[in-house]
Amino acid sequence: MAIVTRLSKACTVNPLKMSQTIGAALAFLGLDRCMPLLHGAQGCTAFGLVLFVRHFREAIPLQTTAMSEVTTIMGGMDNVEQAILNIYNRAHPAVIGICSTGLAETQGEDVEGFLRIIRARHPELAAVALVFVSTPDYEGAFQDGWSQAVTRMVEELAEPAGHRQPQRINILPGSHLTPGDIEELRETAEAFGFDAQVIPDLSGSLDGHVPEDFCPTTHGGASLSAIRGCGTATFTLAVGEQMRAPAEALKRKTGVPYHLFPRLTGLAAADDLIELLSERSGRPVPAKYRRQRSQLVDAMLDGHFAFAGKQVAIAAEPDLLAAVAPWFAEMGAKIAAAVTTTESPVLAALPTDEVLIGDLADLESRAGRCDLLVTHAHGRQMAARLGRPLLRMGLPLFDRLGGAHRTIIGYRGTRDLVFEAGNMLSAQTEEQHASRGDEHRKLQEAVSFSDAAGSGGQCL
Amino acid sequence: MSVLSTKVQGLLAEPGCGRNQAKSARERRAGCQNLLKPGAAAGGCAFDGAKIALQPITDVAHLVHGPIACEGNSWDNRHTGSSGPLLYRTGFTTDITALDVIQGGEKRLLRAIREIIESYDPPAVFVYQTCVTAMIGDDIEAVCQRASEQFARPVVPVNAPGFVGSKNLGNKLAGQALIDHVIGTREPAHTTPCDVVILGDYNVAGEFARVRPLLDALGIRVLASITGDGRYHDIACAHRARVSMVVCSKAMIHVARNMETRYGIPFFEGSFYGVSDMSDSLRQMSRLLVERGAPETLVARTEALIAREEARIGVRLEPYRAHLAGKRVLLVTGGVKSWSVVAALREIGMEIVATSVKKSTPEDKQRIQGIMGSDAPMIDDLPPRDMYRMLKEGRADILLSGGRSQFVALKAKVPWLDINQERHHAYAGYDGMVELVRQIHLTVNNPIWQQVRRCAPWDAAAPVRKAV
Repeated sequence: MAIVTRLSKACTVNPLKMSQTIGAALAFLGLDRCMPLLHGAQGCTAFGLVLFVRHFREAIPLQTTAMSEVTTIMGGMDNVEQAILNIYNRAHPAVIGICSTGLAETQGEDVEGFLRIIRARHPELAAVALVFVSTPDYEGAFQDGWSQAVTRMVEELAEPAGHRQPQRINILPGSHLTPGDIEELRETAEAFGFDAQVIPDLSGSLDGHVPEDFCPTTHGGASLSAIRGCGTATFTLAVGEQMRAPAEALKRKTGVPYHLFPRLTGLAAADDLIELLSERSGRPVPAKYRRQRSQLVDAMLDGHFAFAGKQVAIAAEPDLLAAVAPWFAEMGAKIAAAVTTTESPVLAALPTDEVLIGDLADLESRAGRCDLLVTHAHGRQMAARLGRPLLRMGLPLFDRLGGAHRTIIGYRGTRDLVFEAGNMLSAQTEEQHASRGDEHRKLQEAVSFSDAAGSGGQCL
Repeated sequence: MSVLSTKVQGLLAEPGCGRNQAKSARERRAGCQNLLKPGAAAGGCAFDGAKIALQPITDVAHLVHGPIACEGNSWDNRHTGSSGPLLYRTGFTTDITALDVIQGGEKRLLRAIREIIESYDPPAVFVYQTCVTAMIGDDIEAVCQRASEQFARPVVPVNAPGFVGSKNLGNKLAGQALIDHVIGTREPAHTTPCDVVILGDYNVAGEFARVRPLLDALGIRVLASITGDGRYHDIACAHRARVSMVVCSKAMIHVARNMETRYGIPFFEGSFYGVSDMSDSLRQMSRLLVERGAPETLVARTEALIAREEARIGVRLEPYRAHLAGKRVLLVTGGVKSWSVVAALREIGMEIVATSVKKSTPEDKQRIQGIMGSDAPMIDDLPPRDMYRMLKEGRADILLSGGRSQFVALKAKVPWLDINQERHHAYAGYDGMVELVRQIHLTVNNPIWQQVRRCAPWDAAAPVRKAV
């Protein structure tokens, strides 16, 4: 159990947090033929764009209403209208996901109202879904924006259905799941005979593939018709506490009940998932997963030596923290420092004394004696200063390849994580041994030198 | 806001700007703001531009006053190098909350400045205004002035909230902040007749290290670099230089012109990219220094250095000619690089399919024509879709551009090399030219291209193999 604290400092140093605006934008990037549109100054979009391009190593469709000082004073109705029309004419998207920024919210823009007027004025837009989400960047954090955007998608697009299809399920992944995680989850559900519709689905759009032709919108992801049809599902799997609100919204709208998994990393967590899928499908667990479970158990047996008693410092968004920190504890490591970005009900239950809502400087000041640092790529400077290994996790990962395919859920993902983190810890231990050996040698040399100096009286 | 509007107007009417020189008085009054098109805009805001221009000052704390988006989404994403201090790589922001939006963020800002000074003790703090804090009326100039007095430390307001305009305008506002608050506020310990200021070089990938030894060899001292690998004190002393060189012509020209009128420091525009431009820059610098009182032998020593370097580089470049001669380059960049890189690539036998001139001044364009003739293939605007088509149709062997179009090229399975700010390689100076050519060779002749362009076997009509 942890105490959740927030320091009363005025300056954030080396931010861990990113804005909820771009968290919402990323959710829209998981819809097929979509163009996310940030209602703000063009920099709001440019920063998000560069961030996602560096992380995913993909072209990222992301537009801006390009608010200026004058239009901010006058109100942004014209800019929103022009932006939507320009996007419609140039890119022909199926969905335009509009996310507000601090600028728009401070001005008090009534974007919902704008959209009603724009709809009335432009019948040609009838076939384009326009989904608005309010995401001021002076509130919440990245995962909150994602959660709110998915809630809004469901509210706007999902339709109640008169019937249920027993094989059909919905998956609502949190922002901390990679395309690789989503693929793993979908394949697992399919192995039990389910037809899983993932909303939003980054594994379709940002999994790193080469389209046959130029595409100005997202290419792949959850289709509009699939979202509309999610009321026919027999149940919804939501992953991460942040997905409770979207799952609730979906239930309200369509009556589809949900199961929420706070995490899917770790043996017990993966067992929960497999057990549920088996129960709900009425099918026995396929041999493939029995084998994978056995492999994970073996990995834990082989790997626990590397983890036992090790001190780990983690900085991550609440749901990623809640996936990874308990797992480290289950491997025998100690969570010596935990920092996160925003409030969440999961924080108090984490296996550490204190969870700090803070920044990477807070982690750095608490991680000096830790064996392993875990955070996104911005932890690299801290890792260099502290001389400690950094397990890169979360978004952005701009200095390593394959972030989109790193999988840490289920038996297979957890097994690979045991290896990855275990290897880093082992390397660290070897290095320490080596340097202790050096110190020992130096000490011996110093002793023999002072002996040779023959001053006699002193003994080291 | 009115002070800021006046500043913006002044910057837009900048007489040193090549674009403005080509305009009528009336057009000039109308300003040069490219109106941003909602839903079809690209590129950063004024805050982004200001931050890019000043962040390379390595020993100061850069504090962003605004919501988390402005710093949290963007910090640590450029590779400007430092030969010493690293504080510039630490991200500082007030990360304002909804409560600050209601009550105002000035108190938080003042406290944040205090926390930084107490914990990091930097020679100065630069405070960046953003849209939200500008909208709620936070007066950063007043807070900075108060903080300067209270903490006896320069605290410099950089008033370039994103919504005032483009990245380029932000570059200019950043330069204006240096003019208003930094340059001329201190005196150097000593001066020499060969002191210069470099303006508009950002030491990307630490590339100035390839230029500095050349200047050292000539006895030319860089009194201040504005801003690549810059130090606060040096920039504060910049007004004692004899000559200034403007490297990125659009961003910092007004700083050079201001230093000319205020302190009588003549300036010239040059480039460190490409062999002949590098040599020309050294020549101009020496000539101007001699005019300003440097020993006349400097000119002859410069010529000797140039001769030696050009001969040395010629030998180093030679092996690449065979690999690169006739390869076709599509060059999508702006300003100085649109001509300096053109010259450089032609020097080694590459063919320029087209060069973009969207961000180039009329003078930049003249230079391109000077190099390539009047029918130089200049493209004003190349939307991603057209660029993709061009590459997909095989009309170029490599795209040289910034990160924005990286995936246009890669998805078309065409080699690409970054020549803008985010690049990891140092291309300045004579040796930088060799590095550029080497990187182009490694990229364009990489064995992956043949493999990735292969059809999948099931897509190709191949004979069915029989097992043996």
